[in-house]
Amino acid sequence: MEEQLTQKQIRFWSGAYFVIIISLVGGFVLATSQITYTWRWSIVPSYFIAHETIAIQSEMDGTVSAIDPADTSTTIVITADDGKSETYNIPSKGEILVADGDMIFMGDILASYKEWQPGLLMLGMIMTIKVSIYAIIFGIILGIWGGIARISANPAARWLAYTYVELIRGTPLLVQIFIWYYIGSTLINQLFQQYIGFEIPAIWYGVMALAIFTGAYVTEIVRSGIQSINIGQTEAARSLGMTHFQSLRYIIMPQAMRRILPPLAGQFISLIKDSSLLGIISIRELTKATREAVTTSFASFELFFTCAALYLILTFTLSLFVQYLERRMGSK
Amino acid sequence: MIDVQNVDKIFYVPHEIKALDNVTAHIDSGEVVVVIGPSGSGKSTFLRCLNHLESADAGKILIDGVDILDHKTNIDHIRAEVGMVFQSFNLFPHKTVEENVILAQRIVRKRTVAEAKERTATLLSKVGIQDKASAYPSQLSGGQQQRVAIARALAMDPKIMLFDEPTSALDPEMIGEVLDVMKTLAREGMTMVVVTHEMGFAREVADRVIFMDSGAIVEVGSPEHFFTNPSHDRTKLFLSQIL
Repeated sequence: MEEQLTQKQIRFWSGAYFVIIISLVGGFVLATSQITYTWRWSIVPSYFIAHETIAIQSEMDGTVSAIDPADTSTTIVITADDGKSETYNIPSKGEILVADGDMIFMGDILASYKEWQPGLLMLGMIMTIKVSIYAIIFGIILGIWGGIARISANPAARWLAYTYVELIRGTPLLVQIFIWYYIGSTLINQLFQQYIGFEIPAIWYGVMALAIFTGAYVTEIVRSGIQSINIGQTEAARSLGMTHFQSLRYIIMPQAMRRILPPLAGQFISLIKDSSLLGIISIRELTKATREAVTTSFASFELFFTCAALYLILTFTLSLFVQYLERRMGSK
Repeated sequence: MIDVQNVDKIFYVPHEIKALDNVTAHIDSGEVVVVIGPSGSGKSTFLRCLNHLESADAGKILIDGVDILDHKTNIDHIRAEVGMVFQSFNLFPHKTVEENVILAQRIVRKRTVAEAKERTATLLSKVGIQDKASAYPSQLSGGQQQRVAIARALAMDPKIMLFDEPTSALDPEMIGEVLDVMKTLAREGMTMVVVTHEMGFAREVADRVIFMDSGAIVEVGSPEHFFTNPSHDRTKLFLSQIL
C-alpha cells in the first residue's frame, strides 16, 4: 500500500523541495564568490550568433589604380608593376581602408565589413542534431532487422544478430569510435581511394559508430517487443493465409511499436548524449565546440552550463515528442 | 475434402508426450464434424494440424487433395482456403472491426478496397455486427468479438472452417449468439470441424462426432449413436461426466 500523507505534510514537503533546490543553487553561488572567478554571461550569446568582422585582403603586390563606388558594391582595382590587375568587390556597407594610388603588398587589408555569423555553440549544436538524427534513422533500420533476425527460424540470421548484439553491447562505445575512425576509416578510405577515387568524411564514421551501437540496443528492444505480442496474433494472421513477412508487417510490428516506444525513447536520449564522444575524432559537435569556446574565452563555467542546458533542451524535446506519439497511438 | 492418414504429433516441451497417436480420419465436403474429448486428449492439436499451425511428425494430411506436409506445398495458399476460429478470438486489437475483416482480403486475396468493403458489410450483417464496424475489438463483448472473428475467417471465402473451442472463453449468455452463427453456416453447407464442449450443438448440428482420448480417436459415429448408445467405456465415462 502506498504511504499516505496529510495535506499539511504534503505542503511541508513541497516547500522542502524548493528549499533544497534554492540552497543547492545558493550554495554553489556562494562557493564561486569565495574564489576569484569573474562571471561573464554576456559573452555567451556571441557563441550562438556573432557579429563578425570580415576583412578583404589583397592577393598581390601593386598599386590601387581605381576605386569605383556603385549602388550595391564598391570595386577596388589593384594593378601590379607588370601591368596585371585584379578587381575586388566590397559590399556597400563595407569600410574602405585604402585610397587611390596607395602601394599595396600581398595580404594588406583593403576593406572590412561586419556580418552575422552562426557562433561556435550554434554550429556544434547543429552538428550534434545532424549526427543524432542520422544515427537514429540508421539505428532504427538496423534494430528492426536485427530484432526480426534475432527470433528468426534461420540459424544464420539468428546467430548473426546475436553476435552483433553481444559484440557491440560488450565493448565500450569510445573504443568502437576509435576502431571506426582509426581502423575502419583507414581501410575503407584507402580502398575507396584506390578503386573509386573519393573518401568518406570523418563525420560518417562517427554516424556509423553511433548507429551501429544504438542498433544493437534497438535490436534487443524490438525483439522483446515482438515477443511480448501474444502468439495468437501470429496464428490468426497466418491462418488467414498471410505470409510470415505480412503478419510481421501488418499485425505484429504495429502492436509491438506501441510497446517499444518508451524504451526506444530512452535509447535515443542516450544516443544524443553519447554523440558528445565524437569530439575525439575531431567532429566538432556541441561538447567539442564548447571546449574550443572555453579555450579562447576562459569562460568555462558559463559555457559548460550552457552546453549542459542545450543537451537538456534536445533530450527533453525528444522526450516530449515521444510522449506525444505514445498518446496518439494509445488513443486507439 | 480432408483426409488424415496415420498422423503422429509429439511435443517435447515441457516433457515428451505423444499428442496425436496414429490418427486417421476422413471428412467429406459439406460435412459438419464435432470433435469431443477430455482436455489434453489432442483434439485441439488435431485441429491445428489441419491448417499446419502445428506440423504433424508423421503421416499424411490432404486438404482438397493437396498434401500439406509436403515441403513443396505453399501453406499460405492452403490456409487461405481453411478458415480458423480461436478460443481467444485473436482479433487484431489495433484495427477496427471493419479493418479486421478487410485486411486479409486486401493483402491475401488482393481484392480492391471497394470489393473488400462490400464483402465485409455483407458478412458483418450476416453475423449481426454491422453497427459496430468502426469499433475496436476491446469495445466489444466476447460474443461480439467471436462473431467478428468468424466474419474475418469467412471473408476469405474458405472451403473449410475450423473452430477451436469457439465458445469456451465466453460468458454463458453469449454462447448462444455464436452457436447460432455456426448453425447458420452449417445449414448453408460449409465443411466444418468443430472442437467444442457444447453437446447441444453436437447433437443438433453434427453429421458425425469424433471422440478422442490420449491422442487417439476412440470412437466415431452419428450424434444419436453417441448420446444414446456409445460403445466404448471411455466414451461412456466422458459423456457421463459432461452431460
